[in-house]
Amino acid sequence: MTKGLFTFSGGVHPPHSKHFTEDQKIELCRVPDVVVIPLQQHIGAPCEPLVKSGDTVKLGQKIGQPKGFVGAPVHSSVSGVVKSIEMCNSSVGGKVLSVVIQNDGTDTGVEPDIPGNIDQLDPAQLKSIVLEAGIVGMGGAAFPTHVKLSPPADKKIDTVILNGAECEPYLTSDYRLMIETPEQIIGGLKIIMKILGVSNGIIGIEDNKPKALQSVRRAAAEEKNIKVVSLRTKYPQGAEKQLIYAITKRMVPSGGLPMDVGVVVNNVGTAAAIHKAVTLGEPLYQRIVTVSGGAVKEPKNLLVRIGTTFKDVIDFCGGLVEEPAKVISGGPMMGIAQHTLDVPVVKGTSGILVLTKKEAELPEPSACIRCGKCVEVCPINLMPLHLSNASLKGNMEEAEALHAMDCIECGSCSFICPAKRPLVHSIKVAKKEITARRKRSASS
Amino acid sequence: MSMLTVTSAPHIRSKDSVSRIMLDVVLALIPAGLFSVYLYGTRAFLTIILGVASAVLTEALIQKLTKKPVTITDFSAVVTGLLLAYNLPPSAPWWLPVIGSFVAIALVKHVFGGLGNNFMNPALAARAILLAAWPVQMTSWVIPNADAVSSATPLAILKGAEGTLPSLRDTFIGNIGGTIGEVSAAALLLGAAYLLYRKVITWHIPVTYIATTFVLVTLLGGKGLETGIYHIFTGGLILGAFYMATDYSSSPITAKGKLIMGVGCGILTAVIRLYGGYPEGVSYSILLMNVAAPLIDKYTVPRVFGEVKQHA
Repeated sequence: MTKGLFTFSGGVHPPHSKHFTEDQKIELCRVPDVVVIPLQQHIGAPCEPLVKSGDTVKLGQKIGQPKGFVGAPVHSSVSGVVKSIEMCNSSVGGKVLSVVIQNDGTDTGVEPDIPGNIDQLDPAQLKSIVLEAGIVGMGGAAFPTHVKLSPPADKKIDTVILNGAECEPYLTSDYRLMIETPEQIIGGLKIIMKILGVSNGIIGIEDNKPKALQSVRRAAAEEKNIKVVSLRTKYPQGAEKQLIYAITKRMVPSGGLPMDVGVVVNNVGTAAAIHKAVTLGEPLYQRIVTVSGGAVKEPKNLLVRIGTTFKDVIDFCGGLVEEPAKVISGGPMMGIAQHTLDVPVVKGTSGILVLTKKEAELPEPSACIRCGKCVEVCPINLMPLHLSNASLKGNMEEAEALHAMDCIECGSCSFICPAKRPLVHSIKVAKKEITARRKRSASS
Repeated sequence: MSMLTVTSAPHIRSKDSVSRIMLDVVLALIPAGLFSVYLYGTRAFLTIILGVASAVLTEALIQKLTKKPVTITDFSAVVTGLLLAYNLPPSAPWWLPVIGSFVAIALVKHVFGGLGNNFMNPALAARAILLAAWPVQMTSWVIPNADAVSSATPLAILKGAEGTLPSLRDTFIGNIGGTIGEVSAAALLLGAAYLLYRKVITWHIPVTYIATTFVLVTLLGGKGLETGIYHIFTGGLILGAFYMATDYSSSPITAKGKLIMGVGCGILTAVIRLYGGYPEGVSYSILLMNVAAPLIDKYTVPRVFGEVKQHA
């Protein structure tokens, strides 16, 4: 393995498991007869529905309007009739209000409002296209992109980084995008740079993806302001703060945001979505999803309409070869385990992993031996063993003093722990509790 | 469709395990044990077997009595039993390893909460107790191939006891008097290399420990470089530095803390060897630093990523 120049301290090396899908070209997934589009797909307030049961909708029509600034509209991913607006299972947990649409199979679209010559659009116009197209972070967290593109006036941004690390095992959706349509990524990056008035764009890609590096480098060859850098392969290289540090050696302050060090980070998939929104007038109603794992018959990279259920996606991949023991939305390090396949793909669904019993098996935890491996691998320099202990004892003051809130929940500590202790899990519990306490004390 | 498992991320784990780590330590200790059996014969073998058996049985018994899951398959009791036996002289009576391992497991390990909670190295603390209770049996040394003649160890000779100092080569290979496990520096270093390769231990404690001892003994001892080298290969320094001071539960967690631990052990060992009543001092140095480990941990908490230094 070549040792890349750009890296961070800590981290782990989980098996890549990308061989299932890395050479699978992106295919169009069958569009289902019924789509279920959640009105809440990320943090922030849910959207207000703009349609009602019985309404006819077109492909790409806005059907949900966010109530606050931190929000993004949602669009119909098919043309057809709204069957109902009801609470449905969500892949991010619990039930959320969703628009259920019967597909008429015609894909009758709204007239795309193509803005003509992109070069003549000013940053404000570009940003409003990003907002109206419902663009969110495609890496998984699905944070509304227009918010990231609206730094306060006192935060001077000088660098835009695109995240092409894709450090989660199994996932290859960014990888295929970088190989198949790198020009969309470069185009999207240029739009982001124009919106932010920045002349320094950097795309970071892990060095275990030489084909992607080559492809994106070739597409960026003519761009003076865009640099493509090879990152040392290590999890969590795609974590925002670690990525910024690896590339710029700037450290996002504890509790701060990338904009505090003059950087805005977006996923390569987000850049491509921005490019499509601006050049084709296409809102975010479909995304690339890696479908992988030992229990799925034909692992694939698919372009899936938002609202297609996991079951429909898996059926398109030839179904199952054996009873799955676990189904994950996202990657195996940070993804969310599902209790049913009856959940829809949303804007943040980077992968659907269908794991066999053997793949999903988790060893029993035993006593901590204080080996310190969790401290060694923590990219934030936390002491997961002490944090976890504090949390398990219910001592939230101690957990807070040990910087629980700085945890990025990458899971490296739990992954490496030889005693198989639920380290990151108990830290997440502490974070929730601390946040709840802060809210309580702020309101009292 | 059958039930899907729902757990919190991450959904995959590394192959490392506690038993694999402990097994690695056992494997690393085997060359030194074999050498000792070759050197001292069945007596050493018996002591090792009794030490291990007593440790494992004690652990099983305590866990049965306290109705806790029996964890003898994690090899941690085997490691403690081995280390205890390695700290005994080859002439030790049969009951010495039995009592020693019982004390190590029952008093030092389980009274304080079991694996990961002992604040001292169990084998070393037990050795200190044995040394106080049965000083004669604990310090009767045999010269290899010389029919159980009691003799002074090289360090005792360096300190003024009667006897001829063995050659440096013999000290390195292990043709000298000493405890069962400490005798062959070469065999111990072989195992240590394996532990470093397997990342069971890091270099921080052993290297700083040995280097500090060497430098101080050479500089303050005033007997030259060669005496300094003798000090490295004798008196259990290699065994202590690589296998005992690195005990996870009783040493600091962070790299910085480990460096302090190593230097501290080195200073104490040099002081005891040069100015103290004992010829060696590795055990007491490590035990003293074990007690200091929580304090070291407290002052070596790593700076959190992006933490801004507070200005008062």
